[in-house]
Amino acid sequence: MSSGDTIKLRYKLQRESFVLDVDIEVPTQGITAVFGPSGAGKTTLLRCVAGLEKPAGGTSRSVQERNIGYVFQEPRLFDHLSVRANIEYGQKRRSHNGGPDFDHVIELLGLQDFLSRSPSELSGGEAQRVAIARALMSSPKFVLMDEPLASLDQARRDEILPFLDRLHVESQVPIIYVSHNIDEVCRLCDYLVVIDAGRVVAEGELQDVLVSTTAAGLGGDQAGSVIQGRTDSYDAKDDLTRLTFSGGSFWVPGKAGASGAPLRIRIRANDVSLCRVKPEQSTILNIIPAVIDMLPSADSASVLVRLLIGSERIVARVTQRSVRELDLKPGDEVFAQIKSVTVRATS
Amino acid sequence: MDLLWQPLLLSIQLAGVTTIVLVVVATPIAWWLSQSDSSWKPLVQTTVALPIVLPPTVLGFYLLIVLGPAGALGGWWVEITGSALTFSFTGLVIASCIYSLPFAVQPLTAAFESLGKQKLEAAWTLGASRMDAFFSVAVPLSIRGYLGAVVLSFAHTLGEFGVVLMVGGNIPGETRVVSIAIYDQVESLNYGAAHQLSALLLVVAFIALFAMFFVNRRWQR
Repeated sequence: MSSGDTIKLRYKLQRESFVLDVDIEVPTQGITAVFGPSGAGKTTLLRCVAGLEKPAGGTSRSVQERNIGYVFQEPRLFDHLSVRANIEYGQKRRSHNGGPDFDHVIELLGLQDFLSRSPSELSGGEAQRVAIARALMSSPKFVLMDEPLASLDQARRDEILPFLDRLHVESQVPIIYVSHNIDEVCRLCDYLVVIDAGRVVAEGELQDVLVSTTAAGLGGDQAGSVIQGRTDSYDAKDDLTRLTFSGGSFWVPGKAGASGAPLRIRIRANDVSLCRVKPEQSTILNIIPAVIDMLPSADSASVLVRLLIGSERIVARVTQRSVRELDLKPGDEVFAQIKSVTVRATS
Repeated sequence: MDLLWQPLLLSIQLAGVTTIVLVVVATPIAWWLSQSDSSWKPLVQTTVALPIVLPPTVLGFYLLIVLGPAGALGGWWVEITGSALTFSFTGLVIASCIYSLPFAVQPLTAAFESLGKQKLEAAWTLGASRMDAFFSVAVPLSIRGYLGAVVLSFAHTLGEFGVVLMVGGNIPGETRVVSIAIYDQVESLNYGAAHQLSALLLVVAFIALFAMFFVNRRWQR
């Protein structure tokens, strides 16, 4: 299934009123997101990869032989075993090749204080962290995560996301992460596969797919782009941090990363507006010269305009009326006003 | 004193052996019933449930024929061991297993069904073989089903009468269990002994059932 530095995923599956037909290669590095609406076939795809679903003409290798970790939507912990025994369950059965260090995985997911507890004493977020540790400790070739945060409320998600950030940076195991939440995808993933009605609509590096024509508007109101930048300096007086990227710099509130640290900067299309002339005396701190790269025609009230800033691309949501009144065309030089961005350290 | 204790010990011995055999036999049947979509399933379900519906005399009559020296199983048994299955303790164990089978299969099937596939799938992805996952995940998580199966099989076997009378007769120390002994005492108008035996059986049955419901309640939390 894995060859060189990609994993080949090729599955055909026929179910009444649903066909899954996927043929893609995803990198063995970092986290690959599989994104799509409910019912698009994301879970079915993962179950095919794990061997829990038998596609036509698929390999006959059993679930056990495939050695693929699976984190389900629900934690699916074994209630008759302690947290420690749960985590050791896979390790004991697949200890032949050494596998990851127990203490390191426990520390990575912050489970030091839970080991002797019973799964029934854990919160949903804690249980899901145990499930992730359990999958990692079975030393899988790669880990599948099927919307591991979907069954949790926002507070629990916020509690578990930092652990996934750390996993992203520190884990050597490639992860395929299914989600229908574009914010999660932008935060955690490097490679993006978009599927709809059982077929792949777009795939590629996260940054490329987010601004591509086929996938623009992914996530509806939450649509946007991601660019790579660095922490430059911190202004203690105003509590602002300056970030630099290939096309200029941003100010963001608070302290973000140590000086020089690489950052992932997420910019929602709804937070970007365009001006023909550089606005003076604006309350918006971040006004950056940009070039209109692509201006799709749309039949709704607003369109997503793709902008080039340095070598980075971002998208802005503007109304059709504004496009007409400002007479915006591809190649035009404009000023992008960026109201807010979210940043996350990537190492 | 032997008149009192011997039948009781024999009853407990019979119920104990039957329960052990039934747990082993009922586990694969219950597992198959809980997982299968086979068109044979209703047939197996019906067969397993029949002893609940049939009068013990009907069951006992057929068993007497099958287990008797002229019967298929009984004849074979005589060839192998030189003794008959009918009117023996071994014959009683076989009859009791069939008589109490539904009381072992049904709680186990219910437990396996409520377990679902989810935890088993998790175990498989962690490298456990199907057999390994069954014993390390399905059985321990179905422990309440096993408790129910054990107590019900035991109690039901303890209380059987008709089948024992048909297949086992009334041989002291071999087939005269408590229920037969009580019948015997009443027949000979020996009400005192019948009282004692009945009271003993009542207490044993009460304790067995109470223990099950008590432990079940503890495990619920």
